[in-house]
Amino acid sequence: MGAALRRLSRGPASPALAAGGLDWTRPVPVLTLALFLLPIGAGLLGTLLPAFGWLPALGGETLGLAPWRALLAQPGLAQAVLVSLVSGLGATLAAFALVVAFCAGCHRSRLFRRLRLLLAPLLAVPHAAMAIGLAFLIAPSGLIARGLSPWATGWALPPDVATVNDPWGLALALGLTVKELPFLLLMTFGALGQVRAAERLRTARALGYGPATAWLKTVLPAVYPLIRLPLYATLAFSLSVVDMAIVLGPATPPSLAVLVVRWFYDPDLSQRFVAAAGAVLQLGLVVAAIALWAVGERLAAALGRRWLAAGGRGAGRAGARVADLAGRVPTLFAVGLGAAGLLAVALWSLAWRWRYPDLLPSAWSLESWRRQAGGLADAGATTLWVAVAAAAVALLLVVGCLEREQRGGRRPGRGALWLLYLPLLLPQIAFLFGVQVLAVRLGLDGGWLALVWCHLLFVLPYVFLALADAYRALDPRFGRAARCLGAGPERVLWRIRLPMLLRPIAFAAAVGFAVSVAQYLPTLFAGAGRFASLTTEAVALAAGGDRRVLAVYAFAQALLPLLAFLLAMALPAWAYRRRRSFRAGP
Amino acid sequence: MIEAMQRAAGAALALALLGAAPAVAEPLSWDEALERAPGQTVYWNAWAGDERINAYIAWVGERVEALHGIELEHVKLTDTAEAVNRVLAEKAAGKSEAGSVDLVWINGENFATMKQNGLLYGPFAERLPNFALVDTRDKPTTVVDFTVPTDGLEAPWGMAKINFIYDSARVTETPGSIPAFADWAAAHPGRFSYPAPPDFIGSTFLKQVLIELTADADLLQRPVADDAQFQAATAPLWAYLDALHPQLWRAGRVFPASGPAQLQLLDDGELDIAISFYPSEAQSLIDNGRLPASARVFVLDEGTIGNTHFVAIPFNARAKAAAMVVANFLMSPEAQARKQDPRHWGDDTVLAMDRLAPDERALFEAIPAGPATLPPEALGPVLLEPHPTWMTRIEAEWARRYGG
Repeated sequence: MGAALRRLSRGPASPALAAGGLDWTRPVPVLTLALFLLPIGAGLLGTLLPAFGWLPALGGETLGLAPWRALLAQPGLAQAVLVSLVSGLGATLAAFALVVAFCAGCHRSRLFRRLRLLLAPLLAVPHAAMAIGLAFLIAPSGLIARGLSPWATGWALPPDVATVNDPWGLALALGLTVKELPFLLLMTFGALGQVRAAERLRTARALGYGPATAWLKTVLPAVYPLIRLPLYATLAFSLSVVDMAIVLGPATPPSLAVLVVRWFYDPDLSQRFVAAAGAVLQLGLVVAAIALWAVGERLAAALGRRWLAAGGRGAGRAGARVADLAGRVPTLFAVGLGAAGLLAVALWSLAWRWRYPDLLPSAWSLESWRRQAGGLADAGATTLWVAVAAAAVALLLVVGCLEREQRGGRRPGRGALWLLYLPLLLPQIAFLFGVQVLAVRLGLDGGWLALVWCHLLFVLPYVFLALADAYRALDPRFGRAARCLGAGPERVLWRIRLPMLLRPIAFAAAVGFAVSVAQYLPTLFAGAGRFASLTTEAVALAAGGDRRVLAVYAFAQALLPLLAFLLAMALPAWAYRRRRSFRAGP
Repeated sequence: MIEAMQRAAGAALALALLGAAPAVAEPLSWDEALERAPGQTVYWNAWAGDERINAYIAWVGERVEALHGIELEHVKLTDTAEAVNRVLAEKAAGKSEAGSVDLVWINGENFATMKQNGLLYGPFAERLPNFALVDTRDKPTTVVDFTVPTDGLEAPWGMAKINFIYDSARVTETPGSIPAFADWAAAHPGRFSYPAPPDFIGSTFLKQVLIELTADADLLQRPVADDAQFQAATAPLWAYLDALHPQLWRAGRVFPASGPAQLQLLDDGELDIAISFYPSEAQSLIDNGRLPASARVFVLDEGTIGNTHFVAIPFNARAKAAAMVVANFLMSPEAQARKQDPRHWGDDTVLAMDRLAPDERALFEAIPAGPATLPPEALGPVLLEPHPTWMTRIEAEWARRYGG
């Protein structure tokens, strides 16, 4: 501030001064990377060493393969790996297929433009709440069966069919698909703007290609490289998810990630070596799945080239109609499932008695809300302040990094993007173990610092992704004009860039907030069980019996991020109320 | 004297296991505890899978705050082993004071593990004034936990006994023994199940089967001697389960996630019989809108497993004084009467009625039983828990056989 004032009083700042040692953004990229890479690196090491027998605190002082032999002897390991693969690969493939079908089939429709509005709230809803909602919907005694029973199905009692917690993880795959679809769609929408999709389509259409074929042949090959990393992140996440797997997945055995968490909490401390080996296996599973996906990419590309060169136009009217339906129906169905699940959560939180096959509760009550008010307030407060702190720190670091780009005139290369994605590509359990050991060593475990830091690892990448494009796209001439009028770099940042970018900044903050609210494992591990968030409470209750109480927590968990997004929309509108040209957004 | 020797033996064992000497200090006297407790925060690690119990614990928090100025934080666990693990990890990391757990709801193999590894503070239970009210004579499990003497390292909190809840609107005939259960399940395929071990309800059901079917049930009161003995004693259990599983809900491929989840399935109509650990749980669930008014309870003719659950204080707890005061409050007539009330929890008191003052006894007499609660004399004989080593082995063997 003082520096900025001095510069102002001296007139236009010289470039030399701006690049001098006073610039606060200079250390930010390095600091950000350190905040990121140190815990992840140390965490990975802290997982790898015990996986090979090294954990002196527990008497492990020789390196060897004993933990791996113990891991392979665990009952249900093969089935657990299979469940992870089925649900993880299945969900990613399904979500990707839905995205492609929707974009190819419906890119000319009004729905295409409107869906974006619908997606933001679904994206905001945490995984646990979405899983709970889906379970309320698809269980044998769930809302769907109630809607059809007994008049259509003849089921006086719920059918004995495992529609949730099925041994293969299909319900989990469905839940992951519903949850990942909005993320992939939004990432794809963002990428479409960068590849001039409209121009490509116009050219292809002029050459006689049908709309769906035109999209598949001219837009998809250009868009795919831009959504590759988000796809890998989706794949990695789906393979190693824990909270959703506890709610929707099988239990005997569960998916590998849940099994690893169980071993970690086993009272028999020697199981920690098995857990560490399991976490490394989980890492290997993710790496192998991404490699498999990459091979699939090559294969698809090779086949696709021939298909492209063959020149088929796919221009039939009927074909376009089928493509439109094939794009529209599954996506709307998935989005509808997500929305209906949330409705079921809301209904259950207000029910007193609601037995199968009643479509609506037979007795309503606010009792569940009243009884949970105390616990809800505590868990809500914890969730709120951790999310605000993590989102604020992330925003500060991200703005610092992006501003550094502007001032230094250099953009980070592809390597930096991979680094940024690192926490999203690694299974959480693969390094959270080690992070916890590190936190204990530093005396940080169970403290708020470790908790916020752990959340930051996952919040920061998303905040960066949400803000980077808008920040980089802002016309540099605004800044240059301000500099010509005598403003220093700080003044340009605070008076020009940040106010103009208020809308994307508010959106990025809401994204960061929502990501923090949804964190399950980081809260569990870094909080040493002392910090109960809405997410940890909801997941803990999911194993219990009282759906009404579970619904109260799941609803509150979904509500917080939704409110954050509403606020993110309202704040710029209020700030810009007297600046008409900003209202549409920069 | 014997106690001191046992303690020394425990300490030596811990020394051998962990290579570190536990700090052996004289436990606080009751007066010292009472004096130091105000202002302390007690992190009570307790299984949190049942909302009624969580609400009860929240009420305890309000009462100890009002009575003693103690701040009580319920650290919610899905499995008590999490807390045991945390204390073990702290000990391994050399954290012998200011640990993260002040009080833990515990019994059975978790208590055995903590006791064996020198992870417990005490003996403190006998120093609490309300311990004098505990019925240690007619309720021997208040001082012997799964065959392991408590040695004052845990304070009794409540009595549990296996019973079975069914919906009398759907079910007319109920089985009276473990073999009869198999026949019932065969006649009603897909209508019964049990929570997958290591859920404590599921594990206890397996022990119930074992006690009824094994050749010499007295053997179970001692630690497992060797593999051969375990194989021989449990062979009837596995044969029974192999035959039973195809008749279960989801054909035994999927099991309910927990005891409460199984009760929800009973209300949904997916199951006809659910296992409960608290004699007035059925009534409690009816009152809470979680079971139909037609829910009723039955027990087995030869008796069912009963045990006591406790609270213990880890050796490195930060708030030992306040934890002792909370443990004492939990054994007070006020807290025990509320615990036995089906409107709040519904499990039986550890106290002896004849040791209470008339006004204290009146608290218990005022509790409405409700039509779904069996009177104490109809609950049948109490079968004793096997030694914890049996449970640990059974859980591992179950996972090997049926866990995928």
